Amino acid sequence: MSQQIDYNDRPWLDPDAEPFIKVQSVSKHFGDFTAVDSVDLEIYKGELFCLLGGSGCGKTTLLRMLAGFETPSSGSILIDGINMTDVPPYERPVNMMFQSYALFPHMTVENNVAYGLKRDGVAKMEIAQRVEEMLAMVELTQFRKRKPHQLSGGQRQRVALARALIKQPKMLLLDEPLAALDKRLREQTQYELMNLQEKLGVTFVVVTHDQEEAMTLSTRIAVMDVGRFQQIGTPTEIYEFPNSRLVANFIGNANMFEGRVSENGTDHVVVESKDPACNFYIDHGMSIQEGSKVWVAVRPEKIKISKQPPGETSTNSIKGMVGDIGYLGGTSTYRVLIGDQRIVEITSPNLNRPKDGNPPIDWDEEVYLSWEPSSPVVLTK
Amino acid sequence: MNARLSTFLITSVCFVIAFLYVPIFMLIAYSFNYSKLVPVWGGFSVRWYEKLFFDSPEIWEAVVLSLKIATVNACFATILGTLAGLALVRFGHFRGRTLFTGMISAPLVMPEVITGLSLLLLFIWLQNSVGWPNERGFTTITIAHITFSMAYVAVIIQSRLAGMAQDLEEAAQDLGAKPLRVLIDITLPLLAPGMLAGWLLSFTLSLDDLVIASFVTGPGATTLPILIYSRVRLGLRPDINALATIIILVVAIGVLLAAWIMFRQQKQRELELNMSEET
Amino acid sequence: MSTPAETVVAEQTTTQDRLVHRLTHFLQYHWRTLVLLVPFLWLLLFFLAPFFFVLKISLAEYTLKSPPYTDLIQWADEGVMQIRIVVDNFAYLWDDDLYVNTYLSSVKISTISTILCLLIGYPMAYAIVRSNHTTKHILLMLVILPFWTSFLLRVYAWMGLLNDQGLINDILTGMGFEPLRMMYTHFAVYVGIVYTYVPFMILPLYANMEKLDWTLLEAAADLGAKPMTTFFTVTLPMTLPGIIAGSLLVFIPATGEYVIPDLLGGGNVLMIGRVLYNEFHQNIDWPVASAVAIALLLVLVIPMMLYQHIQAKEVESQ
Repeated sequence: MSQQIDYNDRPWLDPDAEPFIKVQSVSKHFGDFTAVDSVDLEIYKGELFCLLGGSGCGKTTLLRMLAGFETPSSGSILIDGINMTDVPPYERPVNMMFQSYALFPHMTVENNVAYGLKRDGVAKMEIAQRVEEMLAMVELTQFRKRKPHQLSGGQRQRVALARALIKQPKMLLLDEPLAALDKRLREQTQYELMNLQEKLGVTFVVVTHDQEEAMTLSTRIAVMDVGRFQQIGTPTEIYEFPNSRLVANFIGNANMFEGRVSENGTDHVVVESKDPACNFYIDHGMSIQEGSKVWVAVRPEKIKISKQPPGETSTNSIKGMVGDIGYLGGTSTYRVLIGDQRIVEITSPNLNRPKDGNPPIDWDEEVYLSWEPSSPVVLTK
Repeated sequence: MNARLSTFLITSVCFVIAFLYVPIFMLIAYSFNYSKLVPVWGGFSVRWYEKLFFDSPEIWEAVVLSLKIATVNACFATILGTLAGLALVRFGHFRGRTLFTGMISAPLVMPEVITGLSLLLLFIWLQNSVGWPNERGFTTITIAHITFSMAYVAVIIQSRLAGMAQDLEEAAQDLGAKPLRVLIDITLPLLAPGMLAGWLLSFTLSLDDLVIASFVTGPGATTLPILIYSRVRLGLRPDINALATIIILVVAIGVLLAAWIMFRQQKQRELELNMSEET
Repeated sequence: MSTPAETVVAEQTTTQDRLVHRLTHFLQYHWRTLVLLVPFLWLLLFFLAPFFFVLKISLAEYTLKSPPYTDLIQWADEGVMQIRIVVDNFAYLWDDDLYVNTYLSSVKISTISTILCLLIGYPMAYAIVRSNHTTKHILLMLVILPFWTSFLLRVYAWMGLLNDQGLINDILTGMGFEPLRMMYTHFAVYVGIVYTYVPFMILPLYANMEKLDWTLLEAAADLGAKPMTTFFTVTLPMTLPGIIAGSLLVFIPATGEYVIPDLLGGGNVLMIGRVLYNEFHQNIDWPVASAVAIALLLVLVIPMMLYQHIQAKEVESQ
């Protein structure tokens, strides 16, 4: 049985690796509305791939085209080398777990799980055995005779998963698999889902709007907006090296500064920002013209906050005044006013217990913000 | 809610309930009247029931005919109405859809006199040109009833289908069921309560219909409403009061029983749901 | 070696198999067409086609033959086809005060009945929606229950109450009043129509009110609106769809009503459904009856289309 992809063995970096699923310039129009706009995508065997985006970004439409519920207006979809573009859902080696779970309310848990095998004409004995195994795996054996409405949310989710996995699909599609669960159960289920995927080695494609979920689960994430992919990459790539302001803002928070490239060296770039007045020294080179307009993104946790000025104050540092403090226990979020209008957000771990109950940094105090040359990301769009 | 408003509401509820039920109770009370003149009380008696049961074969003939028509009508109307509802909600666009939508919902609001007249004219034309139906009665009444009953069934089915998540049907397809299989395995079982409701409604509508039946019937076939009507037209009749009492009791018991069963099922479901959340 | 008999059996089974196979194949690929076609054809034949006969006969002439109307298409001596369309029937309806008055009277009676139903039904629906779970179910049941019992018998029940010697007059004379003449008056017809159709007003109103967000009323009160102001500026506009649906469900059938004016109104109350029925059954004048039907349809076509429109929107919104 194949294993989930080893973190060090990334097939998407290997030019010889053959993708398992190929989406080739697929578009989908509903009347005048373009839900999916000419996208290309390659997913490799054993991946846990996330389609991430806000509502109406086209992620669900793309998933439904992979499942066969929608036919692309143009383009083609290949699964394991076979063109599936016009194959109806009931003939695809792909199964789906629905956001609502879509459990058949008039059938028992057992019959729900067995349904797919019955449709394939599998022998009765074998069906019984495989259902048994599947129910044991998702720990639902004692609930086999119950109807869906007699189950809790978490149990229903596991029935849906079992029902979709029992046919041993080449690919499992999951539409917001955790959205219907409460927060605590969601976190637990995330890890169960990952373990299961690792154990079975099935390729998972997950649609979600929850960036934390996407970051935790996936081998790679595709960030979608208005029917197109904005960026495809591993969670780390997407978070640390977003390719646009949109991605930087969608995944986590980012402080965005507008400026112009004032110096472009081989191993560094300097960006000069007017509001707030600050020079950003970035320690890697870029192929970009001097003088062109760019944005610099700095993540809140990558900014140091201190009452003492850092050694050198002209670059990678600004002075401001604490406008707001959000104490979250493990960390605190500071909203620092630069000038009259500009707010910069900083998250800082609370390493030490405050002495005498006084916080180390208080409201309306003057503070210095600084960051490492490796922290900012330069964005051109 | 302020006190004046609630007093007003309680009064109006009492008024409506009294308005709806006093006539029915009076009808029942006078069925036990000895007097031949309905409105004049002449002492308690069950003589009209005796007359009804032992001395009115024509009434029982009419009851049997009406029940036959109602049953056949309900079965056909449920099938046709369900098909129509399915086509309208699940088939997307097809040629003639607007016409179809219009035809399926028009019988709901069409005045009975027009439906009756138009169908009779059709039956007469058919009889003259193709020789069928060779006589008017059971068949023609049933056809007429199916035509308007199926519209009611279609409305029920449409609203149930629209409220039913398409997810379930897609899930079945995803698991390898072809469209016809999905219809049989998933859609129809889930529509069953709606179909049952449609069947009962069609049955009742058919039993209740006077105007359309009296247009399309022939000399030999007298349904219960036609019989009752021909008698009460000329004035009050104590034996009709007795018949009405029996009909009303049967219907009331049936409806209350159905409501009670539904109520019980719902309670049971809630209980099971609570249980599952505790585990 | 197989005996001839066996061969026959074998052949039979194969033809049978082939038939079954063909049938399943047909169902597999054409069931959608079948699902659509069966009800479609039924309605075309038994609902739409009949109207053309009504239209056709309304344009024919009355004769003493059976059936009592002339053909529109007649063959002249040399095999020349002639189409005779007679609009006399419609002209007759228009010229005769009786018909015009009957139409006006029908519309007037059903309009007033609709308003009465609304006045009685609105507070009732409101009370049902605002009452607690159990009471709500009981009240709904009480409103629906009469609907399942025979309409004819419910009208008959009023014949007993409104009778000259009926309960109401008993009570009146008991209190020392003069007995009233109620049977065979407009009053009796109004009572009958309102009694029969008030559930058709209450149920759509209830369905509409049930979906409303009642905290809006509290918001209005919070913003300083007096109860009356809240009712006219918030409640009434919000429940307007229910009011329209309910009113149409009362108005349309009431206009064409036959049984109620016949049993309770007698000869004193003119209503179009009754005229049509009598024209057809007693006078056996099919062309005039058909013309009356067409004219009735013309009166009702706008409210009917409005109702269909609302119905379609309702289904879509689900």
